[in-house]
Parts: sequence; structure tokens; C-alpha cells
Amino acid sequence: MAPLPNLPEVLIINPPPAFICFESHFTHKFNILRAWESPLPLDQFLTTHAHSVQALLCRAETPVNADLLRLLSALKIVVSASTGADQVDKAECRRRGIAVTNAGNAYSEDVADLAVGLFLDVNRKISAADSYVRRGLWSSRGDYSLGSKIGGKRVGVVGLGSIGYEVAKRFEAFGCKISYNSRSKRQSLSYPFYSNVSELAADNDALIICCGLTDETRHMINKEVLSALGKDGVVVNIGRGAIIDEKALVRCLVNGEIRGAGLDVFENEPHIPKEIVAMDNVVLSPHKAVYTVESVKEGGEVMIANLEAFFSNKPLVTPVIYS
Amino acid sequence: MRIPPAMESICVLLPILMSPYLEQELEKRFNLLKLWTAPHKTQFIKDHAASIRAIVGNASAGADAELIDSLPKLEIVASYSVGIDKVDLKYCKEKGVRVTNTPDVLTDDVADIAIGLTLAVMRRLCESGRYVRSGLWKKGDFKLTTKFTGQTVGILGLGRIGKAVARRAEAFSCPIAYSSRTEKPELKYKYYPTVVELASKCDVLVVACALTEETRYIINREVIDALGPKGVLINIGRGHHIDEPELLSALLEGRSGGAGLDVYQNEPEVPEQLFGLENVVLLPHAGSDTTETCNAMADLVIGNLEAHFLNKPLLTPVV
Repeated sequence: MAPLPNLPEVLIINPPPAFICFESHFTHKFNILRAWESPLPLDQFLTTHAHSVQALLCRAETPVNADLLRLLSALKIVVSASTGADQVDKAECRRRGIAVTNAGNAYSEDVADLAVGLFLDVNRKISAADSYVRRGLWSSRGDYSLGSKIGGKRVGVVGLGSIGYEVAKRFEAFGCKISYNSRSKRQSLSYPFYSNVSELAADNDALIICCGLTDETRHMINKEVLSALGKDGVVVNIGRGAIIDEKALVRCLVNGEIRGAGLDVFENEPHIPKEIVAMDNVVLSPHKAVYTVESVKEGGEVMIANLEAFFSNKPLVTPVIYS
Repeated sequence: MRIPPAMESICVLLPILMSPYLEQELEKRFNLLKLWTAPHKTQFIKDHAASIRAIVGNASAGADAELIDSLPKLEIVASYSVGIDKVDLKYCKEKGVRVTNTPDVLTDDVADIAIGLTLAVMRRLCESGRYVRSGLWKKGDFKLTTKFTGQTVGILGLGRIGKAVARRAEAFSCPIAYSSRTEKPELKYKYYPTVVELASKCDVLVVACALTEETRYIINREVIDALGPKGVLINIGRGHHIDEPELLSALLEGRSGGAGLDVYQNEPEVPEQLFGLENVVLLPHAGSDTTETCNAMADLVIGNLEAHFLNKPLLTPVV
């Protein structure tokens, strides 16, 4: 489709799912520079076609670092498809006066739903039992092994932002007791606050990782925290793989030092540590917490709203960095 | 649990092995007759018919008129389940046989499984787990799934379990609708007098009622069609609530959005055509299968039996 004249230019290096699924929503309003469709290597494409582009729409997997920014001298805004915008070198953007926006709360409910789903699955052995039935073992071997009751479990939420809040609200309805660790205490909430994540682990039966990946949170869930959680403990990660020291987690699972895990994210996606691939007490998910039709659509709407605000000099909708 | 004296001579029939803990506690107190260990079950019953005073049943093993008639000394059927559709209640009442079940202690676990099944179906938890384990993730992203938050959840049977399902779904901002024998105006949920109407107005239909003559095959073709090609059916009741062949053809023909099933018409047989479907999650009647709840259910069965033989009021009588 030929772009309408005078539409503002937006560069996309690799299209986020919102663009793939709802392309016309974007192409009606913006002239999209499609780096991924070009036969040219990226740096050549950018210097040839993107030297005056002011806006970059980027998916969670596309790093926006100093090397890339150097090739985009006119860039003024990075619109990220992800909640955390972890893939964006924010310090470098700040230095260059480039604004950054994220997906805001577009995904919070779906991510929280997946956290609950993974927790229920690990404790009640849903995936494992489904596999048992499908292999014909219920009739040949008898009932499957017992799971663990959800009600009464003490659940520690790591990161009580918008996702952590939705997670806590849901877990409470199952009779779980919530406490949390976060960068700072949230005064409006009455859940017990722990400033130290090891202490949180020691007092809880489960940890739900809901925070973003930063220098502080990298490998925050380490051997010490997992030992504090204990052999009846369960970890659910819907944040980023690198928040957990994956080697330590695998060792704990293999040695039975924690009871189980539900993981949507990994340190080296799409690679999974081979030791946990066959473990029944580990529920694996291919980084899809935000990938529902509804969330992708809503995320797309937030990205378009930010781009429209930028191009009409209005306040950005979900800024991470202002410029 | 403290063991009351002098019950070792009381013969209690345990038809199948239900739980090691239950078996152990029954053996401590009573003369436990383990039917499943007998090479000839009918003969075993005949041999002990004159002394059996109690039966411990469950979801699959109950007491029909024939069995009751063959046990002249039968005084009580204590079921290790809350659903007692396998016990002929009318006949028990006629014959003066008491019946107990295990309500409340399993309510939370079963409601948890209802939501767990819903999330597993809508978010394709089992299928995406297989996707990762088989190495397919290295070849490309998994597909988009469907959001659960905000979907309308319809509950058939708003008893203890139905209400517990509703409370959980509300935390996901799900509007709640229901159909029940009687309307409950004190609850702010939308009531529909028929299941078909309920099915047409909800996105997820949870079967949470007791199995009776009225509710047998209540989920039929009409209801499945009303639920629609995107609707999800969750069965935590009994297999015979659903016309299983109709559900099967709806799933195979793409007329149903998916199903999460914990119960079937002929357990432990599960229709094999379901095994190839990605929008179906199959559990082996595990709704109350946690260590904590199974122990609590067993304690309640024991408590009811002890109360009966000590001439005390039954803890959870049905008849």
C-alpha cells in the first residue's frame, strides 16, 4: 500500500506483534520505514533511508543501544512495545535528549493472569496431569500424585508495580497471604513490606517475580534467596530471565532444594537449560505473558497514542524518559 | 487423632483404594475389609455380608439398591467425596441407612482447579509447555492466546463450590452470571433461569452443580451451541453432566472454543480423540487432590463413622 503523503515517518527495525497483527492501524497514520524488509544491512539502510527519522517503534527484543543511536542523528523518541523498555539504553537516550515511552499498563492484567496460571499449574500439577492423561496412564497406572493446596500459602511478590499489584489482588482471592519486596514501600497498600528479598523469601512459600530488569535486580534471586525460600518453595517468573541466577535455580530444582517453578522468561531465550526440560515440577512458557489478542491490541493503541502525542507536540501518554 | 475404644470388631467395607492415609486410619479403628484386594469380589461380599455395618464410598464407588439389599447389617455409607450421585439416597432413607459426605473441606481446592483449568485452556499453558519442551520455540514465537480477565464467567450451580469459583473470578474483574435451582438475590450476580440462556450470555461456563436426574446431560448440544465457537466449557462436576459425544463432536468440528475437564463419563477412560486437541485440558479427577485436602476429607469420613458408632450426631449427614 503506498503511503499517504505527508504522514510522519516512523522507523521499525523489527516489527512488534502489535504491528504485525494490526498493521493498518499504524499505516493509516504513519509512514513506516521497514528496515526488516530491506535487503540492505541495517546500518546501510539507516544511513540511506532513516537519517531524518525522529521516531523509532521498537519491540522488546530489539536492543536500542549507543551503536544504533549513533546512526539515527535526528531521533527524538523511542516508542517501546514492552512494559519495561529494558532493551533501551535509557542513560544514552537521556544524554541525547531522546524521549522513551513504554506500554504502560496495557499488559498488566494478562501478565498477572499468567502468573496465577503458572502458580496454579505448578502446585496442582495441571500440565503434568494433562500429559499423564494424554499418555493413557490414568487407566493403566491409576490416579496421579497429589498436589499442594493453594489456600493459606504465603506469597511474596517481588516488585509491586502495576503488574505486582494485579498479581497480589488475584492471589488474595485464592486465600493466599501477600507480602512484598519493592524498590520502595507503597504507602497506600497494607501488605507487609520487606526491604530485603532474602527475608521475604524466608517468610514465604512462594516468590512471584514481577519487577523489571535493572542493574540492581540482575541475579537478585540467587542461591541465598532460593535457600531462604526452602524446599517447599515455588518460584514464578514473569519478569525477565536475568532477574534469577538461572544456574542456581536449575541446581536447586535438580537437587530438590525448592519444590517447583513456573517460568515464562529465561536468561538465554529461546534456550532452556536442558536439566529442567523433563522436570514435571517445572512449568515452562515461551515468554508469552503479554501475548493475547487483547493485550497486543491495547499495547498497539498505547504506542500509536504516544506517537500521535509526539508528532502533535502534546504530552506523551506513558513516558519513561521525557526529553 | 485420638482413637475411641472398642470399634475393632466393626466391619467397614472399603471398595477401592482411595488414599493410603484413609486406609491406614480406618485400619487402626475398624475391621477393614478391602474389596479391591479380593480375587472374587462378589464372593467376598457374600462372605462378609452378614457383618458389614459401614461402607466408605467415593465419587466412583457408592451404594445402589442391590448392594444395600445384600448387606442386612448396613447402617451407614460414609462417602470420601462431596458428590454422592452414586449412592441411592432415596433407598438409604427408606432403609434407615445414614449417608455422609465431605463438604467444605474440598471447596477451595475444587474452585482453584476450575480457575486453573480456565487459565490453562485460554492461555494454552499445557500446549505452550509442550511447545517449549519439543524445541519449537527455537523456530518461532508461540501464537497469541485469549485474555481471561474481564470475560463473563457463567456458573451452573451456585452452591459452596460455585460461590467459591465466583469469588475467585471476581478478582479477575469477570462479570458473574449463574443458573441454579433457586435464585439467590442476596448475591449481586446475574441470574438466568435456564442453562441455555446462561450459556448464550457467558464466555466461560463452569459446571459446579450436583449430579441428579434433572442435571444428567444438562450440557447438551443446544447448550454447547449457545456457548458458541469461542466459549470455553469447564467441568468440575460429574462426567454425566455433559453429553460427552456431543461435546466431542463440537470440539472436533471447531464449534467450541475449548474445554477444561476434570471428570468423564467412564473414568478413568477418557475419549482418545481429545488427546490431539490443543484447546482442551484434561485432568484425572484431581479437583480435591492435594495432600492437605485429602487428609481433611479422610478425617471427616473417620469422624462421621466414629460419631455414628458412638451414637453421637453425624458431622456432615446427607441422609
